[in-house]
Amino acid sequence: MRTIECAGKKIELDEDGYLTNLNDWSDDVAKLLSKEDNLDLTDAHWEVINFLRSYYQQYQIAPMIKILVKEIKKTMGADKGNTKYLYQLFPDGPAKQACRYAGLPKPTGCV
Amino acid sequence: MADEKTADEQHSEGSEANARMQELLKFTKIKPKAVELTGKIKVPDLKPNSMLEVKPQLLTVKEMLEHLGYPADGLVPNWKEVFLKKMDEILKKYRSVRLYMDICVKCGACVDKCHYFLGTGDPLNMPVARQELMRKVYRRYFTLPGKLFGSRFVNGADLSEELLVMWYTYYYQCSECRRCSVFCPYGIDTAEITMAAREILNSVGLVQKYMHEIIFKAQTIGNNLGMQSSAIVNALEFVQDDLQEQLEMDDIRIPVDEVGADVLFVTPSADFFASPHIESLYGYAKVFHQAGISWTMSTHASEGGNFGLFIHNYEHMKKINKRIWEAARDLKVKRVVGGECGHMWRVLCNYSNTMWGPFDYLDPNYKRPQHICELTLDLLKRGALKIDKSANEEFTVTMHDSCQVSRAMEMGGMPDGQYEIPRAVIRGVCHKFVDMPAETIRERTFCCGAGQGLLGDDMLPTRVKGAMPRMQAYYRAKQESGVNFVALICAICKAQLSKMFPTYGLPMEEVGGVHQLVGRAIVLGAKEGV
Repeated sequence: MRTIECAGKKIELDEDGYLTNLNDWSDDVAKLLSKEDNLDLTDAHWEVINFLRSYYQQYQIAPMIKILVKEIKKTMGADKGNTKYLYQLFPDGPAKQACRYAGLPKPTGCV
Repeated sequence: MADEKTADEQHSEGSEANARMQELLKFTKIKPKAVELTGKIKVPDLKPNSMLEVKPQLLTVKEMLEHLGYPADGLVPNWKEVFLKKMDEILKKYRSVRLYMDICVKCGACVDKCHYFLGTGDPLNMPVARQELMRKVYRRYFTLPGKLFGSRFVNGADLSEELLVMWYTYYYQCSECRRCSVFCPYGIDTAEITMAAREILNSVGLVQKYMHEIIFKAQTIGNNLGMQSSAIVNALEFVQDDLQEQLEMDDIRIPVDEVGADVLFVTPSADFFASPHIESLYGYAKVFHQAGISWTMSTHASEGGNFGLFIHNYEHMKKINKRIWEAARDLKVKRVVGGECGHMWRVLCNYSNTMWGPFDYLDPNYKRPQHICELTLDLLKRGALKIDKSANEEFTVTMHDSCQVSRAMEMGGMPDGQYEIPRAVIRGVCHKFVDMPAETIRERTFCCGAGQGLLGDDMLPTRVKGAMPRMQAYYRAKQESGVNFVALICAICKAQLSKMFPTYGLPMEEVGGVHQLVGRAIVLGAKEGV
């Protein structure tokens, strides 16, 4: 467990770098977390992050990757609606890395 | 009586011990490293203590620990007492464990059979050494010479915090895959010893996070992922819409909670969430549709997996298993069919009846659950599915036998059914099938490296090293026969291998389910035979 400081506020992360308290999330937190991985968040990243957050608010879990792919296809075009593109955006895997930046809990189970 | 410690003194010693233990078991992130693929599995040079640093994270969420009935504040003050009491209880309850404690002759047949030993070279990952961690305690506290003359006389071990650390480390570097037991002339099953050790560790308050968080979710929410009903319905509706759109058919469905269906289909929740798992769900739906079988999934029984098995805790296992039988009764189905999940198949098929049976409300022809591969093969044999093998022309397929199915189970009520049935399904939908080297498949199969509670990211160093034998075997088949797809029937194996393939420099798309291949090859609509 460790803490990061964002806009003067101490924010707790678990051992894997996910937010302990999901309400701590803000755009700046996402930027800070991605910066630690030397990743600059582009509009495309934000598209994914925002969709993950709105889906989570409704269903209390991240969407399956196919749902995410379809959404990206809808908003960003057919050439980007595939898993490969998502892995380009989030090299550690959209399910884990993108969820972490979006302030969602880590998925558990056989995944 | 002056020596007797007051409760306060005992308590303060206890919290000191707990603080020390938390420090000793503190999680450290270690960067995993994969070896180069050569196609050869070599017995490694010994690297003593090389894996001592790799420990899984501890569960610290009080609510979860309390729910599961484990101590909520870490190591309990009187841990030695609790430890021995639990071990005594297990030795009495499971005579197999006691027998395994007594009969090992140290012949060494098991030493180079464990994938974790082959991958790490750490001598404590030799199955016999792993067993000895418990046997030393057994000899000291549970045999007459040990009780009378102490640990040195019997080459035993006194309980100490260092010993707890060794247990917590090396009993979480065993995936309970039982490969070593195939080679043991006495059939000693290290998996049972590991399960017992984990349960003893739980009783003193050292509870591994990954597995127990999941047991908690499976019991309280209903599945390992912690998906609420609304999320499950949304995911399954999505798959249904996608199928209808792709196939331009509006009658192919993924029924959910439909009372009166013939079949209740249970599968790991990963199958409606993760990749490549989800591809098999498309395959299952196509099989049921084309065969005209009325089926349903259930939001109540939304998990096939049962992590209670990994600690052999009947109470946990029963609670998780119960949902399936409640759903079967409520939905008034005639039979239960299980999807692609290794240990689920073991619990569902082997244990269910002793937990919640007899299932007199099911069709007497299907008193025990069927595996989806059994069902599909039967349909293929009867010509009830029209297949176009050329849809899988790009693949030269091999099969990874998952340990729980291969060594703990049978399938279809026939000898070797657990090996032959899935292979027959693959051959039925693909032109090219090649097995990996004989010493790495069927009853001698190598674990994927993450079974039985070791799939957490905290275990990545162990996972990468433990996957080595499987990866080398696959690579050899690739070099020799041009294999480019490994088909599986286990959700853990799918998750692990699709992460390991890129780690070892291979494309993750080469990993997938048996029903992923089935789904691609079925020609829908054109019905012949039945």
